[in-house]
Amino acid sequence: MSEMRDILLEQVERLLADQSGPETLRAVEAGVWPAALWTEVEALGLPLAMAPEEAGGVALGWDDAVAVWVALGRAGAPVPLAESMAASALMPALGFVALAQPDGTALWGHAATRVLAGDGALHQAAFTPGKAQPSNEPWDRAALPAGEATVLAGALVNAAKMAGGLEAVLTLSVDYANVRKQFGKPIGQFQAVSQQLSQAAGEVAAAGVAVANAGRAVARRGLSGAEFEIAAAKVITGEATAQVAAVAHQVHAAIGFTQDYHLHFTTRRLWAWRDAFGNERFWAQRIGRAALARGGAKAWPDLAAREDA
Amino acid sequence: MVGLRFDLRDTPPEAPALRAELRAFLAEAGRHWSPRIRAYSWMAFDRDFSREVGKRGWIGMTWPATYGGGERSFLERYVTLEEMLAVGAPVGAHWIGDRQSGPLILRLGTEEQRREFIPRIVSGELAFAIGLSEPDSGSDLASLRTRAEKVPGGYRLNGRKVWTTNAHRCDFAITLLRTSPAPDPKLKHQGLTQLLVDLRASGIEIRPILDLAGEEGFNEITFDNVFVPDSLLIGVEGKGWEQATSELAFERSGPERYLSSLPLLTAAMDSLAEEPAAPEAVGRMLARASTLRQMSLSVAGMLQDGEAPAREAALVKDVGNDFEQALPDRIRALYAGPMPDDVAEMQTTMNMVARSYSLRGGTREILRGIIARQLGLR
Repeated sequence: MSEMRDILLEQVERLLADQSGPETLRAVEAGVWPAALWTEVEALGLPLAMAPEEAGGVALGWDDAVAVWVALGRAGAPVPLAESMAASALMPALGFVALAQPDGTALWGHAATRVLAGDGALHQAAFTPGKAQPSNEPWDRAALPAGEATVLAGALVNAAKMAGGLEAVLTLSVDYANVRKQFGKPIGQFQAVSQQLSQAAGEVAAAGVAVANAGRAVARRGLSGAEFEIAAAKVITGEATAQVAAVAHQVHAAIGFTQDYHLHFTTRRLWAWRDAFGNERFWAQRIGRAALARGGAKAWPDLAAREDA
Repeated sequence: MVGLRFDLRDTPPEAPALRAELRAFLAEAGRHWSPRIRAYSWMAFDRDFSREVGKRGWIGMTWPATYGGGERSFLERYVTLEEMLAVGAPVGAHWIGDRQSGPLILRLGTEEQRREFIPRIVSGELAFAIGLSEPDSGSDLASLRTRAEKVPGGYRLNGRKVWTTNAHRCDFAITLLRTSPAPDPKLKHQGLTQLLVDLRASGIEIRPILDLAGEEGFNEITFDNVFVPDSLLIGVEGKGWEQATSELAFERSGPERYLSSLPLLTAAMDSLAEEPAAPEAVGRMLARASTLRQMSLSVAGMLQDGEAPAREAALVKDVGNDFEQALPDRIRALYAGPMPDDVAEMQTTMNMVARSYSLRGGTREILRGIIARQLGLR
């Protein structure tokens, strides 16, 4: 929890409060690059924040960066700042640096100055526009070298955005349950409703902890030394998404099923983000295989030792 | 923002050395623990084991040295608890005293009570039970009716407590009783008092109740004109509700709220290599266990800082209970054929015992009610 983090977090939250909302998110889904917002983000030096000072950054740590990405996710991440920050942490470069998956797809690829590809190198690529399902965010495709160099960073970015999105969905649902009245009282006063929201709150808290834990692990041991924690964060945020989105839509009932109301902006993004850079199964298999190979007797000592000095 | 904050904590610098010491001890002590004993773990009562634990300074680790405590940190205590639970050690004989009764006596007891009880809890000699539930008072605890009537020099108890874990094997029970009638049905939390009851006092009858797995885990206690001296009043007469519910923060905060089933996962892993669904399932369970561990550590850190994380503890217990309760079935679902004998014994026992995880220490519904209030609902 550095001072730098608090400053950046405040800047990002202020920007998002002013410039993110249903209109911005709708424009994103229509493929309109949020140029004004990105200009402000760049003016603050945010995309390069994680780069070392000699490369123009402030060497923001991964643990602090995760907090910024959670804030972005809370607002539906209208700009690919998290991706650009993570890319620049690995290969510092000016402008918007997109982060490609091993298959050559990248969020906002067509708007990128460069793209960090699976081979761990920066490229300039011609992207064919595409759309992520079901968020309609621009997931563009280019012929890029394959490889796993971006997978851990991308998984952490998306897990962090999900932790924020999950918070937003819970907040919306609690607020709605407090104002929507049926049978003469707010529906949140019915135990059948409040218990669902309590369960969702547990999942949201777990998601936040899993993501913070992964950020701390990367800050301490680097991306490859934090594979377990990143995998766990992607699994937990993915599992939480299934539960929390289900509760949110049940609590909101018909209005949440419409485009007239803004719940869908976040739930659809959560459903897209959980597939980006490896879904729950991908990451669970990876850490499960490793643990099974180590054997049952090692499982607890391995887990317990992860943060011991 | 709604929801609760869980700041990450580090394990203490002493952790590696402490773990090594604990593991060496547990490997030796645990040579003859059956899978069934490991499945019960913190509900399994083994006084000899608890005395050995006490001898090594692992009970009352955070308590003042004046009373025999170890004056170590909450996080060192946390490391000790998780090492014990991870192997399913039968810690039931000292669990309640270490977790709840000792801290309560230290916080609210008289100097005389502290000197009388704390050193003997620390040594593993005294085992405590908690007398809360009654036949007609479960989740609606404040409706309890067992009376403690003021008489010269003490109180006279009449009534019944039920589901009191290991009472027939314990020495004392911190018991919540009605000392004066509620002034109004809506003010039933008033007039309750906590007394330290000697379970061998005359007029007490303890009837073990067989649980569904065949163990005498809990009991019904009948009080028939039982005399309890004034010297065994805990805290303030009439303030029992506030005292007992603050104790629940301790009860709900520990790693037993997510680790109870872990010994089954680790025991099963070596026979799952050929099962195709195993890597994903094991990965998901380890991801949960790791996350719950960080949440639980966070709560231990709040206790270390002198906070009273009652709502955070309720949330971690609720999420943890879901995980540990589902685990036995998730393990079973991974085997196409029969489970190896050891795994089967633990799985079938744990599957039954796991029903109690979301009941004891506050039902799932009560916990979610606490979380709902925190969210600003109701």
